[in-house]
Amino acid sequence: MAEEKKEKTGFFARLKSGLSKTRNGFVNGMDSIFKGFKSIDEEFYEELEEMLIMGDVGVNTTNVLIEKLRESVKKNHVHEPSECRELLIESIKEIMSPPEDAYSFTDEKTVIMVVGVNGVGKTTTVGKLASRMKESGKKVLVAAADTFRAAANEQLTRWAEKAGVDIVSSKEGTDPASVVYDAVTAAKARNVDVLLCDTAGRLHNKKNLMDELAKMNRIVDREYPGAKRETWVVLDATTGQNAVHQAREFNEAAHLNGIVLTKMDGTAKGGIAIAISSELNIPVKYIGVGEGIDDLQRFDCDEFVTALFDVSDSKED
Amino acid sequence: MAFESLTEKLQNVFKSLRGKGRLSEEDVKAALKDVKMALLEADVNFKVVKQFINSVTERAVGQDVLDGINPGQMVIKIVNEEMTALMGDEVTELSFRPGKELTIFMLCGLQGAGKTTAAAKIASRLKLKSKKTLLVACDIYRPAAIEQLKRNGEKVETEVFSMGTDVKPSVIARNAVDYAVKNNFNVVILDTAGRLHIDEDMMDELVDIKNTVDVHETLLVVDAMTGQDAVNVASEFNEKIGLDGVILSKADGDTRGGAALSVKAVTGKPILFVSNGEKLDQIEPFYPDRMANRILGMGDVLSLIEKAEQAALDRDEEKDKKMVSRLKKGKFDFNDYLESLSAMRKMGGLSSIMSMMPGMGGKMPDLDTDESALKLKRTEAIVLSMTPEERENPKLMNPRRKFRIAKGAGLDIAEVNRFIKQFEQSQKMMKQLPSMMGKFGGKRGKFPF
Ligand SMILES: Nc1nc2c(ncn2[C@@H]2O[C@H](COP(=O)(O)OP(=O)(O)OP(=O)(O)O)[C@@H](O)[C@H]2O)c(=O)[nH]1
Ligand SMILES: [Mg+2]
Repeated sequence: MAEEKKEKTGFFARLKSGLSKTRNGFVNGMDSIFKGFKSIDEEFYEELEEMLIMGDVGVNTTNVLIEKLRESVKKNHVHEPSECRELLIESIKEIMSPPEDAYSFTDEKTVIMVVGVNGVGKTTTVGKLASRMKESGKKVLVAAADTFRAAANEQLTRWAEKAGVDIVSSKEGTDPASVVYDAVTAAKARNVDVLLCDTAGRLHNKKNLMDELAKMNRIVDREYPGAKRETWVVLDATTGQNAVHQAREFNEAAHLNGIVLTKMDGTAKGGIAIAISSELNIPVKYIGVGEGIDDLQRFDCDEFVTALFDVSDSKED
Repeated sequence: MAFESLTEKLQNVFKSLRGKGRLSEEDVKAALKDVKMALLEADVNFKVVKQFINSVTERAVGQDVLDGINPGQMVIKIVNEEMTALMGDEVTELSFRPGKELTIFMLCGLQGAGKTTAAAKIASRLKLKSKKTLLVACDIYRPAAIEQLKRNGEKVETEVFSMGTDVKPSVIARNAVDYAVKNNFNVVILDTAGRLHIDEDMMDELVDIKNTVDVHETLLVVDAMTGQDAVNVASEFNEKIGLDGVILSKADGDTRGGAALSVKAVTGKPILFVSNGEKLDQIEPFYPDRMANRILGMGDVLSLIEKAEQAALDRDEEKDKKMVSRLKKGKFDFNDYLESLSAMRKMGGLSSIMSMMPGMGGKMPDLDTDESALKLKRTEAIVLSMTPEERENPKLMNPRRKFRIAKGAGLDIAEVNRFIKQFEQSQKMMKQLPSMMGKFGGKRGKFPF
């Protein structure tokens, strides 16, 4: 028994030292990989693979990316590891970049549904988006269609106040579809440019909740056929491989055409977004980088990839 | 549903290996390749996976494969055991201060992890234990966080203490504790704001709370869907503020929950609860073995292994009992002899058994080329050439029968004579030494040769 205990602490200790080594080892993450290797060998590929998996890109998508890289290395007769940087960025860009018309909703009357699992940052994102769009001169309305979580309405009300936009409120326990109905009616009547609907967090494997989402969407389709429709899934950057299931189920129920990747101000890389883009072809449109109202940016693939390979921690030990 | 095929994959990998008695390094490597993929797909941290696979390899190479399962399954069995060992073998409960002393729990974690919900859920559980609990709103940042806790408090009929959003969390905690002591509360649960592990100021705020009030257990709430970053989060929280336990939230999704393993691996702290639903009674104790199954996603393989193990156990136990009682009565016949031979094989062959015998330690020669192994095979042939009656009743032996047996076994009559003589001698010895049976050579006893 005592043997076993010792064995376990041994394991933890080894693991810990392994982790802190990563933290201190590569000061300039990406550069140390692409400049640190003298030649493009198996070890180099393995290192890249490890970085990608550590960034939550997932085994499958990582394999796809590495294969692609191997091919273009061969095809282009590349010999320098540093040249691989661009190649890799290119192929990730290919997968992730939003299509030309990704932001065309800004020129039309739009209804944006914000969906996702619990706690990912939907309400905060709605607040940030409202502020951003208001500042660009739009008439914005937000709808509190989360009637489930305690105090969700109050939370959104605070954000609406901060952003200086109108809100269609709701009471806990009412039918969210009726809130959406009221909101659409109000949006049309008040000639609103952008209607942002905050919805309750829901796990994608709960059928009744996903049905509820489909129902809300049908109401918008029916009541406001002229509006441009956007449905975005909010993803927490710390989420792992399960997010692919999430996105697939949400897509099934509500036809996603965008991802908002939140909490990119932490140490999580959000690599899961690459996997989702690659498997479901849904582009990342915005990223959340903090809790403040201005902490929302348009997605920039270059920056994203750089961060993905940045293994250094902002912590100094 | 990429995971569902792991069982199949392993089965295929091991089709060619079926029937091998012992795990070779190649067997183990091949099986663990798929296990590694499964763990990564389950979001177990890359470094944790690496270390884990190494320690499983160390243990598995050279192991004997149990009856009724194939080498791949044997590897999985070891993987599962190691994983359960790593995750803790048993359910860990919340601990409380003795007697009437106030117990303070502090919940912390990233934004959106599910702290507020978990706080209310724990309060509702404590209600069942007749603890008078005070929920304390220390999240002064997120809009409407206090309202959320108040609503939840109402739902679980637990009082909520709050001082608005303009007072420092440590001051709120101090006042809450004073209030709790004055009003005979047993437990205080501090619900803190979500924060990033790299946000120094916010992490200091938690340290400040701990320096101000006497927190009994600090619990980290971790989203079961967390990916690779779980190790950074957990180790930072543990290093900076010190953790006593972990609560796994949102486990009602279909995630494999590899984060649980990562967090346990880097902090060494037990997982106390699994929160699995939005309703406030949906929380349960953490069962490490169930989580191990879930992460591996191979409940079917594991239950097959369990069955095989149990069957082997039942079989052996029954036989052992029978044999021991026969031995005690001095009724050891040729059938028993045959059985002890097969039991011996199952236990790892002659050499490993002999090396366990007193006075026989050290390196034993290889079983297949060993002289005594050959001899053993010949004696087996002798017994197999006997009629059922002869096997049951060694006294029936006479020259005519011996001659027939020798012919059947293709051996010299002298050898048959020698074996039967030895057998009779050991029979006598057995009668005198029934008490030795429990001591060495396992429960199975000594073999006459
Ligand atoms: N650090 C950081 N925190 C964020 C970000 N976006 C949201 N948050 C925080 O995450 C927490 C949860 O955010 P919410 O907006 O309430 O999430 P939600 O998806 O609406 O949650 P539910 O409605 O409960 O499902 C809050 O504490 C937010 O402040 C971000 O980009 N960075
Ligand atoms: Mg919300």
